[in-house]
Amino acid sequence: MDRLPRWADVALVPLISLLLAAIISALVLLFIGQSPVEAFEVMVDGALGSPYGWGYTLYYTTSFIFTGLAVTVAFHAGLFNIGGEGQAQLGGLGVALVCLSLPWPHWTLALAAATLGAALFGAAWAAVPAYLQAKRGSHIVITTIMFNYIAAALLVYLLVDVLRPQGQMDPATARFPVGAKLPTLDQIPGFNLIFQRPVPANVTLFIALAMAVVVWAILWRTRLGYQIRAFGKSEAAAKYAGINPTRIILVTMILSGALAGMMSINNVMGEAERLLQNSSEGAGFIGIAVALMGRNHPIGVVLAALLFGFLYQGGAELGLWTSIPIEMRIVVQGLVILFTGALDMMVRMFLARIFGLFRSHKLGAA
Amino acid sequence: MDYATLLQILDSTLRLATPLLLACLAGLFSERAGIFDIGLEGKMLAAAMASGAVAASGMSIVLLIPLTSVEVVVISPVMFGLIAGILASLLFALIHAVASITFRGNQLISGVALNFLASGITVLVAQRLFGQGGRTPPISGDARFNPITLPFAESLRDVPVLGPLYYEVISGHSALVYVALLAVPASWWVLYRTRFGLRLRAVGENPAAVDTAGISVTGLRYAAVALTGILCGLAGAYMATALQAGFGREMTAGRGYIALAALIFAKWRPVAALWACLLFGFFQALALRPDVVERVAGLKVPVPFLDALPYALTVIVLAGFIGRAIPPRAGGEAYVKER
Amino acid sequence: MADMENAGRQETAAPFAIELKGISKAFGPVQANKDINIAVPKGTIHGIIGENGAGKSTLMSILYGFYKADSGTIHINGRPTRIPDSQSAIRAGIGMVFQHFKLVQNFSVLENVVLGAEEGALLNTSLAKARKVLTDLARDYELDVDPDAMIEDLSVGHQQRVEILKALYRQADILILDEPTGVLTPDEADHLFRILKGLKEQGKTIILITHKLREIMEATDNVSVMRRGTMVATVRTAETSPEALAELMVGRKVLLEVEKKPASPGQVVLKVEDLRVRDEHKVERLKGVSFEIRAGEILGIAGVAGNGQSELLEALGGIERATGRISLNGAELPLSGAGADGQSRRAAGIAHVPEDRQRLGLIMDFTAWENIAFGYFGDPAYQRNALFMDNDALREDTRRKMETFDVRPPDPWLPAKSFSGGNQQKIVVAREIERNPDLLLIGQPTRGVDIGAIEFIHKQIVALRDQGKAILLVSVELDEIMSLSDRIAVMFDGHIMGFRDPEKTDERELGMMMAGIAEKGAA
Repeated sequence: MDRLPRWADVALVPLISLLLAAIISALVLLFIGQSPVEAFEVMVDGALGSPYGWGYTLYYTTSFIFTGLAVTVAFHAGLFNIGGEGQAQLGGLGVALVCLSLPWPHWTLALAAATLGAALFGAAWAAVPAYLQAKRGSHIVITTIMFNYIAAALLVYLLVDVLRPQGQMDPATARFPVGAKLPTLDQIPGFNLIFQRPVPANVTLFIALAMAVVVWAILWRTRLGYQIRAFGKSEAAAKYAGINPTRIILVTMILSGALAGMMSINNVMGEAERLLQNSSEGAGFIGIAVALMGRNHPIGVVLAALLFGFLYQGGAELGLWTSIPIEMRIVVQGLVILFTGALDMMVRMFLARIFGLFRSHKLGAA
Repeated sequence: MDYATLLQILDSTLRLATPLLLACLAGLFSERAGIFDIGLEGKMLAAAMASGAVAASGMSIVLLIPLTSVEVVVISPVMFGLIAGILASLLFALIHAVASITFRGNQLISGVALNFLASGITVLVAQRLFGQGGRTPPISGDARFNPITLPFAESLRDVPVLGPLYYEVISGHSALVYVALLAVPASWWVLYRTRFGLRLRAVGENPAAVDTAGISVTGLRYAAVALTGILCGLAGAYMATALQAGFGREMTAGRGYIALAALIFAKWRPVAALWACLLFGFFQALALRPDVVERVAGLKVPVPFLDALPYALTVIVLAGFIGRAIPPRAGGEAYVKER
Repeated sequence: MADMENAGRQETAAPFAIELKGISKAFGPVQANKDINIAVPKGTIHGIIGENGAGKSTLMSILYGFYKADSGTIHINGRPTRIPDSQSAIRAGIGMVFQHFKLVQNFSVLENVVLGAEEGALLNTSLAKARKVLTDLARDYELDVDPDAMIEDLSVGHQQRVEILKALYRQADILILDEPTGVLTPDEADHLFRILKGLKEQGKTIILITHKLREIMEATDNVSVMRRGTMVATVRTAETSPEALAELMVGRKVLLEVEKKPASPGQVVLKVEDLRVRDEHKVERLKGVSFEIRAGEILGIAGVAGNGQSELLEALGGIERATGRISLNGAELPLSGAGADGQSRRAAGIAHVPEDRQRLGLIMDFTAWENIAFGYFGDPAYQRNALFMDNDALREDTRRKMETFDVRPPDPWLPAKSFSGGNQQKIVVAREIERNPDLLLIGQPTRGVDIGAIEFIHKQIVALRDQGKAILLVSVELDEIMSLSDRIAVMFDGHIMGFRDPEKTDERELGMMMAGIAEKGAA
């Protein structure tokens, strides 16, 4: 097979994968008797057509940046972390425990403490599968799946039997104190000129963007990142170079889990202001799609997170204004993962053939 | 706990273990052939929707077959449902095969993708067909698999101890329960006593050995994945037309993953898979009767604890604390011919 | 070609078992086989010899239906035959014993033999028939193996017998063996050649692919020489000599001698006492090895692959856990636990060019500059501050090293996989030698490396010695050991059989020791 030029590899392959996912999605819509054009218009209008829509899109984007980065970091060490969902839910538990522990005087203090809590709990939940992988060779994909279900069960138990305030019916914690309320974009000077109605997007967005920079710096500018990437490419070679596999697996998964956990500052602290069941709502899984689509690079992750933010807000709008079920966005998510993650070789082979034709044509002309 | 309660729990154990067992055997064929499949859940869900929808449509055909006398064969809605379920599951299996065998894509990612696809598309289609919020209408009569009373169940009912066991636990299930139980020895036989089984196990261990012996690795793996599709189809059809009366969104509720856990727990062996699925089915049956658990254990065991038990046990097995689970050696890797 | 046809006519009047006419095969821009013509008379052992990468394996893969030739025809027993896949090759009576065995590890011998050649859909009859056939074959050809043994429990030599049995069970008349002795002990190799001679007497035709001249001279009737994708000559073995074949293989007189001054060994740099390594199955692979290397000395380790040399290198390099004692310049180094890793070894002054550069020595997807830091990412020269690495400095250093070692193309941004084998090796050698280590561990320094780069790398090794460094050289190429070493240790079955002075020994004596036939202990 011909090699693809770098720009095609970086930009064209994901774009064509995305296009294929879009085409199939359109076919699905046609199949259920809906107009893809109309659906797209509703999505664009609802997600990007107004500051209000952007406020939701960016809220989702924030969560997806975190989970996308979590998957990305693990991918670079050759680890497939499907456990983002469980780690995010545990992160939510960390946020809730921190927020409920004190009558926080100011949101900045609460944010700092809650971020730490979220990261710690998420990291701890990832550390167990990491340890089992490093020390006992237990396949991390399977163990992280199992840990998702164990996390869900644990949270049901805690929310029903332990953390639920007396007299409250629904399984959730008490509402967080006022001092732990994060400013949303409409409350931040400057941004409030654009966002004039209350939106869920909040200061966590800036933490997410900062984390993208941090992840980039770690992976490509530090010794740790160098070791993570080398280990991910070849475990045997990493051992030759004196890279400690146990340490790399543990550190990488702790980083990954911490990132997944940190998404909970966005939804639990920034939006719901209490911990609910299934708080992460699948964002942990979307991280897989985001990382694949973003080619495991933080810039790509941010862009892909924005795309999925649009998809999620747009999908919700579909549910509101059309008879297309909100599950349409899960279909698109599945298709994007399929084409970018599992069928990328198909796209590459196709592109290589096109480039080959183009080249031979040029040679023939010359 | 009295005997009657025990029988009740064992009865629901068998009912709940059946979809796990079918899906687990499904996964066994694929994974023994070297194709990891975490998409069991999605295939079950797709099959559940397709079979529920077709059965609910009430389609049936009466065939008159002229032999010595004219035989009347009725293909009932539930049979059409079953076929539709198998076809839907096969379609998903085919996509997985194309991605992971033909295009050598990442098998885990393909499985994850197909689970999402199934989760969304089942609701979309059900909503389009029935407009009831992504469910099919409740089905009954010949649109469902109804309980079968095994021979002598009534007459043996009064035999002490064994009679009620036979009547309550073993008899009185739908046909698919017995199909699932028979699938265990059948799978064992296919795997260890036939040419196909030998080749299938070989391709999961060392595809190069199969290739150099002049057998198509691709063909074998497609066949294995197709078997997975068929068995997942049975599992899904059982969910919608036997265990429950119709399809509901996300009705498989993680059973595909429990089946995967059972497969690891059973170390990829058919007979052990039966015991693993019965054990995990037993946990599910207990979770439905917290009162019994509390009475027997003498303390309140939270239901989520029972829900988490199969997963926790699997992690312990994976960690090698109870024997070591070694997956097929070529599992998860696409076969590339080398010099 | 004329030689060959004459040879054929003299041997037998029957048509050739195999005739390849005008076979060509290209992989992208690389022409692996170029207009190959070869004719193998029935009932003979035909050698195909050539350096690594000469195109021998590609040619045989075409014959076995693994690759499709771009042009040319194949004739089996005089009839033109198309071989689009392995199944057709088997039908045409061709059996292949690959260099890396194609066996299912947790299957029994019987199951492996039957796989793909079953009788009917059920296994029972197939297995029963195979059991009987195996008994007969064992009796006829010295091919006894327990039919119920699991492959993973068999020795390498027995596994190879299973491969031959597989081919015979499929009634192969033509048997191709690809580098069959690379993994065998000399005893096992002798046994193999006895089997092959027995098969020949029964009228089978055998093609033996190897790069070892000795085997060609001992076992074959005719020999074809390949060089860079072309067939340069086919001659009768009895009418040629190893020297003539060697010259044909490389295309010019082989420069076996490396110019070097006599060694002037200084004080002891590395002292190894009773070093032992067990593999993952708890089998001892290195069974108590002791030696010393002095400053300004090259100790060469000779031996058939798989006799503990790899374990020795990996234990010293901090990759494998070991027991015993090692000390560098008098300071003891840990052999397990903390401090027994590649980083600590490098810090102590040990550099390591691993035997398998693509698997261990390089990250093939990393750029050249990233690979120059491989193992040395902690080097203060590559750090900007406490947190970040200084990639600019690293790239500058890479550019300089690529120039010194004449790596082509000298582009630090190119990924390692884009370089040729020789240039990849130069990157590894540059990285390790430029560290100015007290001790250099170097394994198979010239495997898969072109002639020009071989000379260059050999000169670098000698230059490092002349700077007063200690060097441990492991190679399966006896020539390389003989020409580079100041002292030779021969390894067999995890032991050192003895030490020799290269000036006072010869290939014959070393060969005997490599086969385990010599008194143990130092000479």
